[in-house]
Amino acid sequence: MAATEQMPLVQLVNISKQFPGVLAVDTVSLDIFPGEVHVVAGENGAGKSTLMKLLSQVERPSAGKVLLNGQEVAFVNPQHAQRLGIAMVYQEFALAPHLTVAQNIVLGRESTRFGRIDKRAEVEQARRLLQQVGLKIDPGRIVSTLSVAEQQMVEIAKALDIEAKLVIMDEPTATLTDQEIAHLFSVIRGLTVQGIAVFYISHRLDEIFQIADRVTVMRDGKVVATLPRSDLDQQKLIRLMVGRDIHNLYPKPASEFGSVMLRVEGISRRGILHQCSFEVRAGEILGFAGLIGSGRTELARAVFGADPIDAGSIWLEGKRLSINSPVDAIAAGIGYLTEDRKRDGLAMTLDIAQNITLANLPTVASWIDLRKEERIALRARDRLKIRTPSVHRKVAVLSGGNQQKVIVARWLETQARVLFFDEPSRGIDVNAKSELFELIGTLASEGRAIVLISSYLPELINMCDRLIVLHEGRITGELQRGEFTEERIMTLATGITEGVML
Amino acid sequence: MKDTIGSTNEAISHEATPVPREQSTGQRTIVLRVRERLGDFIAQGTAAGALIVVFIFLSFASPVFLTSNNLINIIEQNTVTAVIALGMTFVIITAGIDLSVGSTAAMTGVLGVELVAHGWNWPQALLVAVLAGGVVGLGNGLLISFARLNPFITTLGMMTVVRGLTDVYTNAVVVVGPSSVLGPDNFGVIGLGKIAGIPVALMILVVLSVLAYFLLSHTRLGRYTYAIGSNQEAARLSGIPVRKYLLAVYVILGLLTGLAGMIAVSRLGIGEPNFGIGLELDVIAATVIGGASLFGGQGTIIGTLLGVFLIGLIRDGSVLLDINDFMQNVIIGVVIWLAVLWDQFRRRRISSLSS
Repeated sequence: MAATEQMPLVQLVNISKQFPGVLAVDTVSLDIFPGEVHVVAGENGAGKSTLMKLLSQVERPSAGKVLLNGQEVAFVNPQHAQRLGIAMVYQEFALAPHLTVAQNIVLGRESTRFGRIDKRAEVEQARRLLQQVGLKIDPGRIVSTLSVAEQQMVEIAKALDIEAKLVIMDEPTATLTDQEIAHLFSVIRGLTVQGIAVFYISHRLDEIFQIADRVTVMRDGKVVATLPRSDLDQQKLIRLMVGRDIHNLYPKPASEFGSVMLRVEGISRRGILHQCSFEVRAGEILGFAGLIGSGRTELARAVFGADPIDAGSIWLEGKRLSINSPVDAIAAGIGYLTEDRKRDGLAMTLDIAQNITLANLPTVASWIDLRKEERIALRARDRLKIRTPSVHRKVAVLSGGNQQKVIVARWLETQARVLFFDEPSRGIDVNAKSELFELIGTLASEGRAIVLISSYLPELINMCDRLIVLHEGRITGELQRGEFTEERIMTLATGITEGVML
Repeated sequence: MKDTIGSTNEAISHEATPVPREQSTGQRTIVLRVRERLGDFIAQGTAAGALIVVFIFLSFASPVFLTSNNLINIIEQNTVTAVIALGMTFVIITAGIDLSVGSTAAMTGVLGVELVAHGWNWPQALLVAVLAGGVVGLGNGLLISFARLNPFITTLGMMTVVRGLTDVYTNAVVVVGPSSVLGPDNFGVIGLGKIAGIPVALMILVVLSVLAYFLLSHTRLGRYTYAIGSNQEAARLSGIPVRKYLLAVYVILGLLTGLAGMIAVSRLGIGEPNFGIGLELDVIAATVIGGASLFGGQGTIIGTLLGVFLIGLIRDGSVLLDINDFMQNVIIGVVIWLAVLWDQFRRRRISSLSS
């Protein structure tokens, strides 16, 4: 798709960004052609997002310049970048949740007649743009009622509205299901046909190969290589991203099961979960598969006591538990790592040690034993390889992978024998991911029962001993290791094979 | 399964992405400790710096300022604010707020005086007044933690209700008790007296501050206060009984407010139903100037005390330098802005460091 003869749409020339103490982007030069999908790949912290923020003028470069159609552009602010035709689709969406779809699409550029907003024109324009991105929804819908995928399409429609020549997407598939991703990719191809260039940030290997025309790999703020997709294979890409070979993304030790650790019978929650039953053995990794909204997270939260249930019973090692709140579940030996560690996992203003001991504070008659706390934290740091020079740093300064390890450490401190991991690899780079999965395997082989929830099928297929698949709050099937195929899982996850929708 | 968590230092040595390790595990220097807690230190340092600058300025600008009478006066005048601010620090760290403290201090003061007027001795009256403050805090806490009302609205309502009840009871007229009990030789000692030359109010404040400090930084209650303010859902999912601790925090503030109301009575000798109008704002301002964040998760006792006395010095200095009363408020308002601006500035610096 990239026409190499023509002039690049945008060129970044020797651009750098210095943050206090960190050179986040280090003399990077890159270009992108009209109609091209240029993937910027790299681990978290490689400088991809910062680079894109420079382009969308959210941040100002410390050195270097940006050329648009051969002309140097001035750095003013994100609105200026928009006027130049550079639109950014954010990782966390930048839509106003209480406004309608149409109001969001034209936000900041409302057409007015004598100072009055022309609502009809607004809705018309929105409808036209929504059609372009293949979204069949009423422009009058309130944005907060849309799914994540739909909101993303609204963001893209917004980019079309400003007649963007370059659209930047920062890990757009992080929270999408496979079908939604397929739709997104077809919309992206639609954009490139119109001559729109797309910078696509990702570290998901499979989608890089699906969507890229060219791939630039970044590491430690520098460009390691820029190559056409045809010159890359998976191993080579990983090597470039990580700087070394990773032979196995999913190191799974051989399992040895003990007796049934956790048994759940007939859990129901009106409108959300219907008669869900399952069991996990000691040493086993059980996967929950299903589309987003299928009830995977809700089932885990119900067992953990985070949400109330209407019916059902929970048994641990043959003893029936009475779980009314997380307090009860934790006391019984159940732990739950939430799917969004920033929103409901970490206390960001507390330090690493304080986060580790949050669920099991070492106290003597209500007084915190600060020395013991430090010992616990240091031991956890060494065991889980949490990369920090000190356990008294704010947890906010850690990378995603290390933050996840802090939460794992928290649950290990509670002596949990059953651990639910809800989307544990989200926002974690390749290297940290294989480490995390290795850890999950180890935790299982030490005799814990593990439940792994993931939207990313390769994770489930490679890590789990057994899978249950959910659809609309019901368990629609169970698969043993060896029976796993993406097709079988998706068939169960969609309820039936029909109904390909966004 | 604890035994499985072995300590293996060598595991770190073959990491793929090396991190700068300033120090080896065992020998962490004071410098490093300071750096880890830099955020808190900067906030307190700024408030302390401002306090020192104002102090030095006033020492030169006014001949009266450095007299022991004036300094004692500053301490005594700000004890009420400081005692309430200790409790407010807890509440603000949970990302809450309490606007009802001014009204509650007035109510408990009036109540205490009334009890004395009905023949109670002052320790009994003091105890009941403190407990009455605790009851108001309990009301706030129940509405906030169990009925899940917003703290601002809850305590705004409580502020009006308590002030209203006090006015209904007193008809908005000062209540008095026998001066034999409330006079400067008896109950008045608490607010105005000295033992061995040290103001009793200062002793009370020091004892309460030390208690509050230890409560906040060395106990389960304190840790959970920070955790709830930092991320309430994370706290709940970590098995912290969030509601119970929220309730406790508002009750603590209520008890301290009840005590503060009686300290005010001890200074004034009467029960003044109009006492403490706007006091909540001084208390909140002091807490924020001392580095607490209204978004929760941050704040220290030392910072709050620095904030209280910075405001106290500005008020005292304004009187000494004959600055218009209304102008004082303008100055304090500007100081609040500066404190919050500075706070945002350092927060952005820290967050840009981490990205």
